[in-house]
Amino acid sequence: MKLYCLSGHPTLPCNVLKFKSTTIMLDCGLDMTSTLNFLPLPLVQSPRLSNLPGWSLKDGSAFLDKELKECSGHVFVDSVPEFCLPETELIDLSTVDVILISNYHCMMALPYITEHTGFTGTVYATEPTVQIGRLLMEELVNFIERVPKAQSASLWKNKDIQRLLPSPLKDAVEVSTWRRCYTMQEVNSALSKIQLVGYSQKIELFGAVQVTPLSSGYALGSSNWIIQSHYEKVSYVSGSSLLTTHPQPMDQASLKNSDVLILTGLTQIPTANPDGMVGEFCSNLALTVRNGGNVLVPCYPSGVIYDLLECLYQYIDSAGLSNIPFYFISPVANSSLEFSQIFAEWLCHNKQTKVYLPEPPFPHAELIQTNKLKHYPSLHGDFSSDFRQPCVVFTGHPSLRFGDVVHFMELWGKSSLNTVIFTEPDFSYLEALAPYQPLAMKCIYCPIDTRLNFIQVSKLLKEVQPLHVVCPEQYTQPPPAQSHRMDLMIDCQPPAMSYRRAEVLALPFKRRYEKIEIMPELADALVPMEIKPGISLATVSAVLHTKDNKHVLQPPPRPAQPIGGKKRKRASEDIPDCKVLKPLLSGSIPVEQFVQTLEKHGFSDIKVEDTAKGHIVLLQEAETLIQIEEDSTHIICDNDEMLRVRLRDLVLKFLQKF
Amino acid sequence: MDPECSQLLPALCAVLADPRQPMVDDTCLEKLLDWFKTITEAGSSLLLLQENPCLVELLCHVLKPQDLSSRVLSFSLRLTGVFAAQEDCFQYLQGELLPRLFGEAGPLGGAAWTAPTVRSGWIQGLRSLAQHPSALHFLADCGAVDTIFSLQGDSSLFVASAAGQLLVHILSLSMRGLAEGPPGLQADDWPPCAQKIVGHIEESLRSTATPQITQALNVLTTTFSHCHDPWTQVLWVQLHPLVAALLQKDPVPAAHSLVDLLLSVARSPGLSSSSCGLWETLAQTLSHLSPTQAGLLALGILKLQDCPQALRAQAFAVLLQPLACVLQATAQGPGPSGLLDSTAADSVTADMLLPSKAACVGLLCQTLVHLELLLPLPQRPCPWPQAPLLGAAVTLLQLCRGSGSPASDAGRQLCALLLGCVRVQRAALDFLGTLSQETGPPELVTQVFAVLLEYLRSPDSSPTVLKKAFQATFRWLLSSPRTPGCSDLDSHTLLFLRELLPVLQKRLCSPCWEVRDSGLEFLTQMTRRWGGQAGFRHALLASEVPRLTEQLLRDPESYVRASAVTAMGQLSSQGLCVPPAGPEHPGSQQKSLLGELLHILSTDSEGFPRRAVMQVFTQWLRDSHADVVGDTEQFVAGVLQVAGQDLDWEVRAQGLELALVFLEQMLGPLRSHCPYAVTPPVAAPAGPLTQALQSLCRVRLFEFAFRALFDCDRPVAQKSCDLLLLLRAKTASSSSLQEPRSSPDVASVEAALQRWRAGDQAQPLGDLEPEVVLAVLRSMDLEGLRGALAESSDHVEKSPQSLLQDMLATVGILGENEADCY
Repeated sequence: MKLYCLSGHPTLPCNVLKFKSTTIMLDCGLDMTSTLNFLPLPLVQSPRLSNLPGWSLKDGSAFLDKELKECSGHVFVDSVPEFCLPETELIDLSTVDVILISNYHCMMALPYITEHTGFTGTVYATEPTVQIGRLLMEELVNFIERVPKAQSASLWKNKDIQRLLPSPLKDAVEVSTWRRCYTMQEVNSALSKIQLVGYSQKIELFGAVQVTPLSSGYALGSSNWIIQSHYEKVSYVSGSSLLTTHPQPMDQASLKNSDVLILTGLTQIPTANPDGMVGEFCSNLALTVRNGGNVLVPCYPSGVIYDLLECLYQYIDSAGLSNIPFYFISPVANSSLEFSQIFAEWLCHNKQTKVYLPEPPFPHAELIQTNKLKHYPSLHGDFSSDFRQPCVVFTGHPSLRFGDVVHFMELWGKSSLNTVIFTEPDFSYLEALAPYQPLAMKCIYCPIDTRLNFIQVSKLLKEVQPLHVVCPEQYTQPPPAQSHRMDLMIDCQPPAMSYRRAEVLALPFKRRYEKIEIMPELADALVPMEIKPGISLATVSAVLHTKDNKHVLQPPPRPAQPIGGKKRKRASEDIPDCKVLKPLLSGSIPVEQFVQTLEKHGFSDIKVEDTAKGHIVLLQEAETLIQIEEDSTHIICDNDEMLRVRLRDLVLKFLQKF
Repeated sequence: MDPECSQLLPALCAVLADPRQPMVDDTCLEKLLDWFKTITEAGSSLLLLQENPCLVELLCHVLKPQDLSSRVLSFSLRLTGVFAAQEDCFQYLQGELLPRLFGEAGPLGGAAWTAPTVRSGWIQGLRSLAQHPSALHFLADCGAVDTIFSLQGDSSLFVASAAGQLLVHILSLSMRGLAEGPPGLQADDWPPCAQKIVGHIEESLRSTATPQITQALNVLTTTFSHCHDPWTQVLWVQLHPLVAALLQKDPVPAAHSLVDLLLSVARSPGLSSSSCGLWETLAQTLSHLSPTQAGLLALGILKLQDCPQALRAQAFAVLLQPLACVLQATAQGPGPSGLLDSTAADSVTADMLLPSKAACVGLLCQTLVHLELLLPLPQRPCPWPQAPLLGAAVTLLQLCRGSGSPASDAGRQLCALLLGCVRVQRAALDFLGTLSQETGPPELVTQVFAVLLEYLRSPDSSPTVLKKAFQATFRWLLSSPRTPGCSDLDSHTLLFLRELLPVLQKRLCSPCWEVRDSGLEFLTQMTRRWGGQAGFRHALLASEVPRLTEQLLRDPESYVRASAVTAMGQLSSQGLCVPPAGPEHPGSQQKSLLGELLHILSTDSEGFPRRAVMQVFTQWLRDSHADVVGDTEQFVAGVLQVAGQDLDWEVRAQGLELALVFLEQMLGPLRSHCPYAVTPPVAAPAGPLTQALQSLCRVRLFEFAFRALFDCDRPVAQKSCDLLLLLRAKTASSSSLQEPRSSPDVASVEAALQRWRAGDQAQPLGDLEPEVVLAVLRSMDLEGLRGALAESSDHVEKSPQSLLQDMLATVGILGENEADCY
């Protein structure tokens, strides 16, 4: 069993598991932090951005000044943003049989895999994962395609040139493999390869293994996966949460008794408690708005935003903010808000029961009804006529490199009354803000990451007790900035195996058993013999038939009557001859009684020696040795066949035959 | 006893003796017993029994085999004890009744004994009757002492504890005769009863069973804390070796009780501690007990007035040990932490601290609380290790936040245990606040402010932790050094304030109301203290805090509104209110704060904000606030009118306080605030008396006060009564307003007041003339009213007669219910 690790990002995993005869890809996350190296794509021509000075090398050569621009001491690539794909060379991706998706954030690289690698398999995911994943992809494609950029920089990627660039460009990994965003066509084609599954549904893969999605409590439709054969069980835990937010709670019990547990997608901000951060978010929002400033919340169109809107729903009246407009701007804003209300079966119990009242499960429906929350596909059109300040705007993309958020950063960045509040933990907020410096607007970092923290993980591992844990290497040591925080790492016995990008891991357990079925008529013919209370044995002669990874014992064909003739005789020789089989023996030989029996039969001068595996009975007079071990007995005598047979018969007296 | 009660008593006794009429409410029995106690304390019990034979009949009746409730049985046992406390009455009852009630033949052997209340009644009965030598003989004869021994281990804690106390009582009673004897008397010469008890204690101390040892130690603890006669010293000398022997066991049994005993011996004035080896035992105990158990003992030792220096040092070391251990675990380099020698913070404490979170947190919290209790005492250890303690508190707070960077493994382990622990955070913040009474080295003080700011800023601080952080911050700000001759805050503090105000701003917008509330309280405290100082004013006015506070007057949570009212009142008094001119209300008509507060007073649905408004108004009137001085009469009239109609009695009472302040401003001081204060020279009244009274009439103060006089809530009525009495005394001297009391106006006012008193307060008094008011005041029996109000409200219902009637009535009602069932 092997694990091929194609992504080094612990929360955007992409691993391939070879298990029995199947090749299973676990998630295909897309690392978008590469976009932070690029200049933002402004929706409206920005004089500030277009007038940034070109960057030149120390020696003054300026051949890169078209591609690289300098802003407040940082250098950015002036080009269409590009993404860092999972490793494609480590394993032939056309051999992947299935892809299991755990949540909508972990499928963003799907079109790259399914459309460009010769992949012919099936993708499994839950319905909300697919629907919301589609929204995220649609938004991404829309953000990038609506601002066409003529230029595509490639000069800087030359290895010799890259070495000369300032950090972080100098240290960016595998820039040659970075790719531009996919198209909507590719998205549609990729999504068409997905087969929908429900929680706890058992899916057979070629009869060899069975995969099952389980609720992971992190997002709508998010799942952990169980991959099991008859005797082995691998759990894949990715992006799980034990907090009571909107999704169905995590199913922990089904993870018990795993041989291997692959653990990814823990919280990215282990030191921040989501509750505290939500409080911080509300306080800063109210403070800004009360001072007459605007609040900008860069966010994804689904996920934490539902919980934030719910918190605000409870908070705005008490904070006297009822007349402040909330705007949600995204090409998929409407679909996201609507979708969240129709996936009742995937929601937590509390929200499920609301549906029967009937009420919308999320209170943002009421915010929309009362006009407190308004949503727009983009800031063009209706929004510009409705726009009122001070206000709160939720919009993407959290990287601040594309999407409507770029416009608001340019618009509001100059006033210290305004605040940008970062809630998504995927991007470093300082790096995200770099191309907007100098910035007068206040910046608040309230990352809300509801995924498991290390305390919860250690409780979970104690509860489900896997034999082995496999996780990204980042989880096996404290964060570099807080090396004394021994609590911020996975602590389990035996120590977790770690992986990094482009590594192949041999998983530490061997398959020992295979399940074989027996045909009824063959079973009928068996004559079990009880050798110990509760344990019976029977011999069986059969033909092992293997097809589609299923093994069946069938009755042997009847031996044909030998009629004579060469051909037939040869045929009868092929049939296994069952009759001459010696009986099988079972039981153990009690040494003391055996010695007594020997003495009774006239042997004297018997010496018994204990060995590591059993005993040696020495018949010194007869120069004979009887070696009694757990699974064998040897009589060693010097060419005295009579003696050997006598001794053999004495040994056989102590054993059962059948 | 009143004849009325005597008449009711036979019927009641009959009811009590009747098992078919169960007494449901046993508080009646308690009251009845209290009543009998007061009667017997005042007169002869014997006479009482002779005059009311029904009582003895009841006691005899109880003894008959029947299905009597355990409550009544217990009551009878206790009642007998009350009667038999007097020796003549004891003799009267002794013949048959007492042995049968308290001896083997009584409930002791019967089924009723299984009820804890009966066992408790038996013990309390004996406790009452054991007052004289005859009682001691009786106890010895009926073998009661052995029963008490066994009851020490009773399953009911009340019974067990009462048994222990009874033993102490019997011991001290039997020794009473010897109290005057020579102090050197040997225990062998003690009365047999005392010897028996001491023998039992000795036996228990030698026992291997911890519960028995605990019982013995508890009895001894009670003995030494209540009896200080010379014989207690003999007792201690005799038992001391046995107590010391307990320390040789591992683990020390009943450590908690042992600590109590040693401390009670050490505190006992009857013992000269040095002669009895007490100090050695205490020192030994300190070193034998676990850190958790030793902490309490150490604190007790340090509180003792006279105690050898070496022992004090040892005790203090025990107390400091856990913190020394924390400092050592987190020390950046080798070397002494400054709290104790590095060897003293030994591995024992490290072992205690590190294995489990519960043990670690418990020990640290206990240590912090002990040190906090010790700090303000005059006998606290000297020199006081202020700097290392400050360091330890700061370190603990950093560990709890995960912001410390311990270098050692022990430190990292400690960090993992304490991370996010709210209990330790609270205890350490309290301790840190207490440490502000002393100062520390400047670099440490800087760290203190840094860690406080870290807590105030952190989104993870729980509301209670945050409140404590605010309190500690205020205390440290109070203690921050001031430039001599200049009352303003020093530059460091101002710098800190500039960092603090944005945090406070954010906290005032918190979604958690407790946080907003404690933020406002903190603001009020700061403003009260430094509102007049330029640096503070400048920093505050430059921030958004005043405007946010104003917005919190409309908070949905009533506690927050109340705190906002107080804070705004304070800000306004110091001239720190800024008219809100935010962009959201450009040009809108500004309501004055006074108007806003009046609006809250008349419309807020919750009591707290309205009470707060009244307090602010009273303070404003006292301080002659600018908004009030303009037209004081209109202000007072308006406030009194609204307050008079309030449903909350505290608001009405506060209204009377405001009225009193106004009276004093009109008439000069009416009351001296401190009875021992030298009366200041009487300031001349603001104007002639007549004018002042007219002003009072114009603001309708009298109508308000008269209404309050008949208020259904007693404190309001009392306060009003006091106010009117003060006013009458003030005006009595002036003869200019003497007027015959027969004017028709006076009569109509008096008639109206009569109706008010009867509960019909609909009709207003109308405009009153000062002469009429004075005449009414003179004619009223205010002293009588004050006397009546001073009685508790149930003084009528509390009479024994009413108790007896109630009890009988209850039974009667029960009977009727029974009939209804058919």
